[in-house]
Amino acid sequence: MSDAALRAEALEALLTERGIVTREAIDAVVSHYEQDVGPMNGARVVARAWCDADYRARLLADGTAAIAELGFTGPTEGECIVVVPNGPRVHNVVVCTLCSCYPWPVLGLPPAWYKSPEYRARVVREPRDVLAEMGLELDPNVEIRVWDSSAEVRYLVLPERPPGTEALSEDDLAALVSRDAMIGVARAGEPAS
Amino acid sequence: MSQPTLDTEGHAAPPRRNGEIVFEAPWQSRAFGLTMSLCEAGAIAWSDFRARLIDEIGRFDAANPVLPEAGAEPAPYAYWDHWLAALEGLITERGLCSAEDLAGRVGAYAERPHGHDH
Repeated sequence: MSDAALRAEALEALLTERGIVTREAIDAVVSHYEQDVGPMNGARVVARAWCDADYRARLLADGTAAIAELGFTGPTEGECIVVVPNGPRVHNVVVCTLCSCYPWPVLGLPPAWYKSPEYRARVVREPRDVLAEMGLELDPNVEIRVWDSSAEVRYLVLPERPPGTEALSEDDLAALVSRDAMIGVARAGEPAS
Repeated sequence: MSQPTLDTEGHAAPPRRNGEIVFEAPWQSRAFGLTMSLCEAGAIAWSDFRARLIDEIGRFDAANPVLPEAGAEPAPYAYWDHWLAALEGLITERGLCSAEDLAGRVGAYAERPHGHDH
Protein backbone atom coordinates (compact mmCIF):
# COMPACT_ATOMS: atom_id res chain seq x y z
CA MET A 1 0.00 0.00 0.00
CA SER A 2 1.17 3.52 -0.69
CA ASP A 3 1.89 5.90 2.15
CA ALA A 4 -1.16 7.94 1.18
CA ALA A 5 -3.37 4.85 1.29
CA LEU A 6 -2.06 3.99 4.77
CA ARG A 7 -2.65 7.53 6.01
CA ALA A 8 -6.17 7.67 4.60
CA GLU A 9 -7.00 4.30 6.15
CA ALA A 10 -5.56 5.39 9.51
CA LEU A 11 -7.54 8.63 9.52
CA GLU A 12 -10.77 6.83 8.71
CA ALA A 13 -10.14 4.22 11.42
CA LEU A 14 -9.27 6.76 14.12
CA LEU A 15 -12.25 9.01 13.42
CA THR A 16 -14.78 6.18 13.14
CA GLU A 17 -13.48 4.54 16.33
CA ARG A 18 -14.05 7.83 18.11
CA GLY A 19 -17.58 8.07 16.77
CA ILE A 20 -16.98 11.34 14.91
CA VAL A 21 -18.16 9.83 11.62
CA THR A 22 -19.44 6.43 10.56
CA ARG A 23 -18.24 4.17 7.77
CA GLU A 24 -21.80 4.08 6.51
CA ALA A 25 -21.83 7.86 6.08
CA ILE A 26 -18.56 7.73 4.17
CA ASP A 27 -19.86 4.87 1.99
CA ALA A 28 -22.96 6.91 1.21
CA VAL A 29 -20.97 9.95 0.11
CA VAL A 30 -18.71 7.88 -2.14
CA SER A 31 -21.60 6.00 -3.67
CA HIS A 32 -23.48 9.25 -4.29
CA TYR A 33 -20.61 10.82 -6.21
CA GLU A 34 -19.63 7.67 -8.06
CA GLN A 35 -23.13 6.74 -9.14
CA ASP A 36 -25.77 9.44 -8.71
CA VAL A 37 -24.17 12.79 -9.45
CA GLY A 38 -22.52 13.60 -12.72
CA PRO A 39 -22.70 15.52 -15.97
CA MET A 40 -26.05 13.92 -16.81
CA ASN A 41 -27.57 16.33 -14.28
CA GLY A 42 -26.12 19.34 -16.06
CA ALA A 43 -27.15 17.93 -19.42
CA ARG A 44 -30.77 17.86 -18.25
CA VAL A 45 -30.50 21.49 -17.16
CA VAL A 46 -29.07 22.51 -20.54
CA ALA A 47 -31.66 20.57 -22.53
CA ARG A 48 -34.48 22.13 -20.49
CA ALA A 49 -33.06 25.59 -21.15
CA TRP A 50 -32.90 24.87 -24.89
CA CYS A 51 -36.54 23.76 -24.94
CA ASP A 52 -38.13 26.21 -22.50
CA ALA A 53 -37.43 29.94 -22.88
CA ASP A 54 -38.93 30.73 -19.48
CA TYR A 55 -36.68 28.18 -17.82
CA ARG A 56 -33.67 29.58 -19.66
CA ALA A 57 -34.51 33.06 -18.36
CA ARG A 58 -34.81 31.77 -14.80
CA LEU A 59 -31.57 29.80 -15.18
CA LEU A 60 -29.62 32.86 -16.28
CA ALA A 61 -31.19 35.05 -13.59
CA ASP A 62 -30.62 32.63 -10.69
CA GLY A 63 -28.78 29.48 -11.63
CA THR A 64 -28.86 27.92 -8.16
CA ALA A 65 -32.65 28.21 -7.89
CA ALA A 66 -33.39 27.05 -11.44
CA ILE A 67 -31.06 24.05 -11.02
CA ALA A 68 -32.74 23.20 -7.71
CA GLU A 69 -36.08 23.13 -9.58
CA LEU A 70 -34.81 19.93 -11.24
CA GLY A 71 -33.82 18.50 -7.88
CA PHE A 72 -30.08 19.18 -8.00
CA THR A 73 -28.67 20.80 -4.89
CA GLY A 74 -25.21 21.04 -3.42
CA PRO A 75 -23.60 19.38 -0.41
CA THR A 76 -22.11 22.56 1.06
CA GLU A 77 -23.77 25.81 2.01
CA GLY A 78 -23.01 29.22 0.69
CA GLU A 79 -22.21 28.44 -2.91
CA CYS A 80 -24.18 29.62 -5.86
CA ILE A 81 -24.07 28.42 -9.43
CA VAL A 82 -23.94 31.07 -12.13
CA VAL A 83 -24.84 29.95 -15.67
CA VAL A 84 -23.00 31.69 -18.50
CA PRO A 85 -24.53 31.34 -21.98
CA ASN A 86 -22.48 30.86 -25.15
CA GLY A 87 -23.57 32.71 -28.26
CA PRO A 88 -22.40 33.41 -31.80
CA ARG A 89 -19.94 36.07 -30.59
CA VAL A 90 -19.09 34.88 -27.07
CA HIS A 91 -17.62 31.64 -25.79
CA ASN A 92 -17.32 30.94 -22.06
CA VAL A 93 -14.86 28.62 -20.36
CA VAL A 94 -14.54 27.77 -16.66
CA VAL A 95 -11.51 27.21 -14.44
CA CYS A 96 -10.59 27.23 -10.77
CA THR A 97 -7.13 28.77 -10.67
CA LEU A 98 -6.56 28.14 -6.94
CA CYS A 99 -7.77 24.59 -6.44
CA SER A 100 -10.65 22.61 -7.90
CA CYS A 101 -13.96 24.43 -7.33
CA TYR A 102 -16.57 23.09 -9.69
CA PRO A 103 -20.38 22.94 -9.88
CA TRP A 104 -20.75 19.55 -8.19
CA PRO A 105 -24.57 19.33 -8.25
CA VAL A 106 -24.66 19.50 -12.04
CA LEU A 107 -21.31 18.02 -13.12
CA GLY A 108 -20.20 15.76 -10.29
CA LEU A 109 -16.50 15.84 -9.40
CA PRO A 110 -14.01 17.44 -11.79
CA PRO A 111 -11.83 15.45 -14.18
CA ALA A 112 -8.06 15.27 -13.61
CA TRP A 113 -7.19 17.76 -16.35
CA TYR A 114 -9.44 20.44 -14.81
CA LYS A 115 -7.39 20.23 -11.60
CA SER A 116 -3.99 20.14 -13.35
CA PRO A 117 -1.50 23.00 -12.89
CA GLU A 118 -1.22 23.30 -16.69
CA TYR A 119 -4.92 23.93 -17.24
CA ARG A 120 -5.29 26.23 -14.22
CA ALA A 121 -2.32 28.36 -15.25
CA ARG A 122 -2.71 28.40 -19.00
CA VAL A 123 -6.43 28.74 -19.69
CA VAL A 124 -6.38 32.19 -18.14
CA ARG A 125 -3.24 33.28 -19.98
CA GLU A 126 -3.88 31.79 -23.40
CA PRO A 127 -7.41 30.41 -23.55
CA ARG A 128 -7.60 30.29 -27.34
CA ASP A 129 -4.48 28.12 -27.58
CA VAL A 130 -5.59 25.83 -24.76
CA LEU A 131 -9.03 25.33 -26.31
CA ALA A 132 -7.45 24.58 -29.69
CA GLU A 133 -5.18 21.96 -28.10
CA MET A 134 -8.28 20.38 -26.56
CA GLY A 135 -9.91 20.20 -29.99
CA LEU A 136 -12.04 23.34 -29.94
CA GLU A 137 -11.05 25.80 -32.67
CA LEU A 138 -12.88 29.10 -32.26
CA ASP A 139 -13.31 31.81 -34.87
CA PRO A 140 -10.88 34.67 -34.13
CA ASN A 141 -13.87 37.02 -33.90
CA VAL A 142 -15.43 35.07 -31.04
CA GLU A 143 -14.67 36.63 -27.67
CA ILE A 144 -13.52 34.15 -25.03
CA ARG A 145 -14.55 34.81 -21.45
CA VAL A 146 -12.72 32.86 -18.75
CA TRP A 147 -14.58 32.44 -15.45
CA ASP A 148 -12.51 31.72 -12.36
CA SER A 149 -14.48 29.77 -9.76
CA SER A 150 -14.38 30.73 -6.11
CA ALA A 151 -15.70 29.61 -2.75
CA GLU A 152 -18.90 31.54 -3.39
CA VAL A 153 -19.50 31.12 -7.11
CA ARG A 154 -19.34 28.06 -9.38
CA TYR A 155 -19.95 28.42 -13.10
CA LEU A 156 -21.78 26.28 -15.62
CA VAL A 157 -21.54 27.01 -19.34
CA LEU A 158 -24.80 26.90 -21.31
CA PRO A 159 -23.62 25.66 -24.72
CA GLU A 160 -25.27 26.70 -27.98
CA ARG A 161 -27.93 24.32 -29.22
CA PRO A 162 -26.48 22.47 -32.22
CA PRO A 163 -28.05 23.10 -35.62
CA GLY A 164 -30.46 20.50 -36.95
CA THR A 165 -31.87 19.55 -33.56
CA GLU A 166 -35.30 21.21 -33.82
CA ALA A 167 -37.15 17.90 -33.89
CA LEU A 168 -35.34 16.27 -30.98
CA SER A 169 -36.95 15.59 -27.62
CA GLU A 170 -35.53 17.02 -24.42
CA ASP A 171 -34.08 13.61 -23.53
CA ASP A 172 -32.41 13.27 -26.91
CA LEU A 173 -31.01 16.79 -26.60
CA ALA A 174 -29.56 16.01 -23.18
CA ALA A 175 -27.62 13.15 -24.73
CA LEU A 176 -25.79 15.68 -26.92
CA VAL A 177 -24.48 17.68 -23.95
CA SER A 178 -21.10 16.53 -22.70
CA ARG A 179 -19.36 17.41 -19.49
CA ASP A 180 -16.68 19.20 -21.53
CA ALA A 181 -19.29 21.34 -23.28
CA MET A 182 -20.55 22.55 -19.90
CA ILE A 183 -17.01 23.47 -18.79
CA GLY A 184 -16.58 25.25 -22.10
CA VAL A 185 -13.79 23.20 -23.67
CA ALA A 186 -16.05 21.60 -26.29
CA ARG A 187 -19.25 22.29 -28.21
CA ALA A 188 -22.48 20.41 -27.67
CA GLY A 189 -22.53 17.44 -30.05
CA GLU A 190 -24.31 17.18 -33.33
CA PRO A 191 -26.96 14.48 -33.51
CA ALA A 192 -25.82 11.25 -35.13
CA SER A 193 -27.06 11.12 -38.71
CA MET B 1 9.87 27.46 -28.95
CA SER B 2 7.08 25.09 -28.22
CA GLN B 3 4.53 25.70 -25.51
CA PRO B 4 3.90 23.06 -22.88
CA THR B 5 0.83 21.24 -24.03
CA LEU B 6 -2.03 19.80 -22.11
CA ASP B 7 -1.70 16.08 -21.71
CA THR B 8 -4.35 15.03 -24.18
CA GLU B 9 -3.32 11.36 -24.43
CA GLY B 10 -2.22 10.18 -21.00
CA HIS B 11 -3.85 9.87 -17.62
CA ALA B 12 -4.97 13.51 -17.62
CA ALA B 13 -6.49 13.27 -21.09
CA PRO B 14 -9.69 15.24 -21.53
CA PRO B 15 -12.32 12.54 -21.90
CA ARG B 16 -14.74 13.04 -24.74
CA ARG B 17 -17.68 11.33 -23.08
CA ASN B 18 -19.46 11.56 -19.80
CA GLY B 19 -19.01 8.96 -17.13
CA GLU B 20 -15.33 9.21 -16.25
CA ILE B 21 -14.13 7.42 -13.13
CA VAL B 22 -13.39 10.26 -10.74
CA PHE B 23 -11.04 8.40 -8.38
CA GLU B 24 -7.83 6.69 -9.43
CA ALA B 25 -7.39 4.68 -6.23
CA PRO B 26 -9.75 3.53 -3.48
CA TRP B 27 -8.00 5.63 -0.81
CA GLN B 28 -8.86 8.79 -2.76
CA SER B 29 -12.56 8.04 -2.63
CA ARG B 30 -12.29 7.25 1.11
CA ALA B 31 -10.45 10.51 1.78
CA PHE B 32 -13.10 12.40 -0.18
CA GLY B 33 -15.94 10.61 1.60
CA LEU B 34 -14.33 11.19 4.99
CA THR B 35 -13.95 14.90 4.26
CA MET B 36 -17.55 15.38 3.20
CA SER B 37 -18.82 13.24 6.09
CA LEU B 38 -16.87 15.37 8.57
CA CYS B 39 -18.44 18.48 7.01
CA GLU B 40 -21.94 16.95 7.23
CA ALA B 41 -21.32 15.99 10.87
CA GLY B 42 -20.23 19.55 11.65
CA ALA B 43 -16.77 18.39 12.78
CA ILE B 44 -15.04 20.57 10.20
CA ALA B 45 -16.18 23.43 7.97
CA TRP B 46 -15.90 23.08 4.22
CA SER B 47 -14.58 26.65 3.95
CA ASP B 48 -11.73 25.81 6.34
CA PHE B 49 -10.92 22.68 4.36
CA ARG B 50 -10.93 24.59 1.10
CA ALA B 51 -8.58 27.23 2.51
CA ARG B 52 -6.13 24.49 3.50
CA LEU B 53 -6.44 22.80 0.11
CA ILE B 54 -5.65 26.11 -1.59
CA ASP B 55 -2.58 26.50 0.66
CA GLU B 56 -1.35 23.01 -0.19
CA ILE B 57 -1.86 23.48 -3.92
CA GLY B 58 -0.46 27.00 -3.79
CA ARG B 59 2.80 25.72 -2.31
CA PHE B 60 3.10 23.21 -5.13
CA ASP B 61 2.29 25.83 -7.77
CA ALA B 62 4.83 28.28 -6.35
CA ALA B 63 7.55 25.62 -6.38
CA ASN B 64 6.58 24.26 -9.81
CA PRO B 65 5.60 27.09 -12.16
CA VAL B 66 4.16 26.08 -15.51
CA LEU B 67 7.10 27.18 -17.65
CA PRO B 68 6.87 27.98 -21.33
CA GLU B 69 10.49 26.91 -22.04
CA ALA B 70 10.87 24.39 -24.79
CA GLY B 71 10.92 20.87 -23.50
CA ALA B 72 9.99 21.78 -19.93
CA GLU B 73 8.19 18.77 -18.53
CA PRO B 74 5.40 19.56 -16.08
CA ALA B 75 6.20 18.45 -12.55
CA PRO B 76 4.19 15.41 -11.45
CA TYR B 77 1.04 16.65 -9.78
CA ALA B 78 -0.79 14.50 -7.24
CA TYR B 79 -4.05 16.32 -6.49
CA TRP B 80 -5.37 13.80 -3.99
CA ASP B 81 -2.09 13.88 -2.02
CA HIS B 82 -2.71 17.60 -1.54
CA TRP B 83 -6.30 16.86 -0.53
CA LEU B 84 -5.13 14.30 2.04
CA ALA B 85 -2.49 16.67 3.44
CA ALA B 86 -5.11 19.40 3.82
CA LEU B 87 -7.45 16.97 5.58
CA GLU B 88 -4.75 15.70 7.96
CA GLY B 89 -3.76 19.24 8.84
CA LEU B 90 -7.32 20.29 9.62
CA ILE B 91 -8.15 17.13 11.59
CA THR B 92 -5.09 17.48 13.83
CA GLU B 93 -5.55 21.24 14.21
CA ARG B 94 -9.15 20.67 15.33
CA GLY B 95 -7.99 18.04 17.82
CA LEU B 96 -10.14 15.31 16.25
CA CYS B 97 -7.04 13.16 16.55
CA SER B 98 -3.45 14.02 17.38
CA ALA B 99 -0.55 13.86 14.95
CA GLU B 100 1.04 11.31 17.29
CA ASP B 101 -2.01 9.03 17.19
CA LEU B 102 -2.09 9.28 13.42
CA ALA B 103 1.62 8.53 13.06
CA GLY B 104 1.30 5.59 15.43
CA ARG B 105 -1.57 4.08 13.49
CA VAL B 106 0.14 4.58 10.13
CA GLY B 107 3.23 2.86 11.51
CA ALA B 108 1.20 -0.06 12.81
CA TYR B 109 -0.58 -0.50 9.47
CA ALA B 110 2.73 -0.35 7.60
CA GLU B 111 4.02 -3.33 9.59
CA ARG B 112 1.14 -5.61 8.72
CA PRO B 113 2.12 -8.72 6.76
CA HIS B 114 2.10 -8.27 2.99
CA GLY B 115 -1.32 -8.81 1.52
CA HIS B 116 -3.10 -7.92 4.73
CA ASP B 117 -5.24 -4.94 3.99
CA HIS B 118 -7.74 -4.92 6.80
